[in-house]
Amino acid sequence: MPKRSLAILAACATISVGISALALNSAAGQQAATPQQPAVGQSGPSASQHALDIGQFPPYKPARLPDGHPDLNGYWQSLVSADWDLQDHEAQSGPKPEINGVYGAGPAGQSIVEGGEIPYRPEALAKKKKNFETRTMVDVSNDKTWHELGDPEMKCYMPGVPRANYLPYPFRIVQSAGSSSPYILISYEYASTTRIVRMNSKDEAPIPSWMGWSRGRWEGDTLVVDVSGFREETWFDRVGDYHSDQLHVVERYTPVSPFHLMYEATIEDPQVFTRPWKIRFPLYRRMEQDFQLLEFKCEPFTEEMLYGRFVKRPAP
Amino acid sequence: MTHRSVAFLGVPAMVIAFGSMSLLMSQTPQPANKAAAEPQKKATTPPAPTSAAPAAKPRDFRTPWGDPDLQGVWNDATSTPLQRPTGVASKDVLNEGEAEEFQDDLASHLSRDRRDGGSEVDVNRAYNEHWMDSRRLKVTADHRTSLIVDPEDGRIPALVPISPERQKQRDDRAAALARFNAGMPNTYKEVELLIRCVVRTDMPPYMPTIYNNDFQIAQSPGYVVIAPEMIHSARIIPLDGRPHVGKNLHEWLGDSRGHWEGNTLVVETTNFRSDTDIFQAADPATFHLTERFTRLDARSMSYEYTVEDPHTWTRPWTVRIPWNRIDPGEQMYEYACHEDNYDMSHFLQGARDRERRGEVVQPIPHLPSTN
Repeated sequence: MPKRSLAILAACATISVGISALALNSAAGQQAATPQQPAVGQSGPSASQHALDIGQFPPYKPARLPDGHPDLNGYWQSLVSADWDLQDHEAQSGPKPEINGVYGAGPAGQSIVEGGEIPYRPEALAKKKKNFETRTMVDVSNDKTWHELGDPEMKCYMPGVPRANYLPYPFRIVQSAGSSSPYILISYEYASTTRIVRMNSKDEAPIPSWMGWSRGRWEGDTLVVDVSGFREETWFDRVGDYHSDQLHVVERYTPVSPFHLMYEATIEDPQVFTRPWKIRFPLYRRMEQDFQLLEFKCEPFTEEMLYGRFVKRPAP
Repeated sequence: MTHRSVAFLGVPAMVIAFGSMSLLMSQTPQPANKAAAEPQKKATTPPAPTSAAPAAKPRDFRTPWGDPDLQGVWNDATSTPLQRPTGVASKDVLNEGEAEEFQDDLASHLSRDRRDGGSEVDVNRAYNEHWMDSRRLKVTADHRTSLIVDPEDGRIPALVPISPERQKQRDDRAAALARFNAGMPNTYKEVELLIRCVVRTDMPPYMPTIYNNDFQIAQSPGYVVIAPEMIHSARIIPLDGRPHVGKNLHEWLGDSRGHWEGNTLVVETTNFRSDTDIFQAADPATFHLTERFTRLDARSMSYEYTVEDPHTWTRPWTVRIPWNRIDPGEQMYEYACHEDNYDMSHFLQGARDRERRGEVVQPIPHLPSTN
């Protein structure tokens, strides 16, 4: 194709993408996107390919269950490296590189936080720093240090919300559609963790829990999950981003293609942050034939680390 | 923080009660002798096992896509023992009076209704009792004398002689348990899976225990998912007829496949791990489990399982346990086991402390029955 025509086409594609992007961004957060008209002069496979290439989903109406809501059943997994660090991060070696080499090293990744940075209260940053410095230490010999030291993920503790959704392991959303089942169940491969989302419930958490207390509702084609009642001991990532027991998370799951959900979570904790902040990334459907979760009961992988110092030595 | 005051299983008495769950379920508290002396009417034979599960009521419970609806939160607590007590050999069902007496004896024996010994002793008993599922003070609604329904004598069938390797494994596990019972475990590896918080009642087949006897079932087209309270896991059971995973993949919960036979969900589970304590010390390589779930009415379900292992038992055997809906306003709670597992830390530190002090401690092969 002659260079000048290519340039014109690219310019038009950019404009058309810009317009669709605006429409999709506002639609994806609320309800199913409505079809957009391409700008004058743009159309065709190149324009839509480019849109996909820069992460824009075409308009989509999801398949529905008998109750009329989108069918979110399936095995889902994120691809971001946010579990290492929610914010921008370079590649880094993992713990004990002198033994592990590249095994355990972390990849680089861009921030999934809207605006890039987590808005910590200035006085709350000291605890993040301390978390970071002690992230690979453990001491379960006494209450004072039990939960103060070490990334809970490293100890195979339940990861909390939203971290469970951006761990590098798949999970299944089990969504029924009958009045006898007023809940959605999410089963995570990591540590065989399960959480129950109580649909259309106004109940408060009776007691704090690691995975929080989840209340769900539909807003158009978006599943909105309101989570509170957290144990304070979970972290958001491996560099020690943390919260208090005031944590309140509102998640939004929106189907944007047969193979993707767009996931958004608004995180609020007035004790630690100056304002609510948001994260956003796609969840991808696992498409392997006959895919299923396999066990990742990780507790045995932590026992030498946690209890090794209390073992009879030399071994009898 | 509030969570710190919610003590986990930090008390040896609690651990003792939990110490050997399968042993627990085969122990048989004896009904009072006078019950046996009263004239008996012939008890009705419980329904035959296998596919002749109790029939569902005409008003079917169905999901919107037409599968039988098993959803909800169910509780399986009971004190009916796994095996029929030897003193009541051919008696398969208790009459009303016997059932009441059995339950009264249990309430007393398990301390709930005891008041003797003074107030301090009374309060100490209350510590354990506070955590226990009160539903386990009841026998099953049909008053059977055993959870086993086949063979007809309500007992585990005769055993097959086992290989020297398996006998050594059992001996090693028994020796480790004896050390643990005396508060002297050598290492985390030899402690039972349930104390290590690897698996508890989520390893099938499901058996009642002292607490947290809840199971939450969710369904979606092509799947039934069972989430036991302990330990916060979910068994995702596909119904599409796909084969089991490859034989080199082993899981603590095994690999499950389900299909419907009429109103009954039939689940076959294989691929259990070979390095662990499997149900009733069976051989993981040849153990086969079939479970049957049948919704009976608004508030109850029949749970039945058949186990077979030609390397352990001379024939298959079948158990039936009623599952009852929890009450409105109740729910199943998150069971965070490993996150605050004081037992591992305390038992191992305690053992090393005692060794440092030069204490000589005798292993205890069997703890006195508290249940």
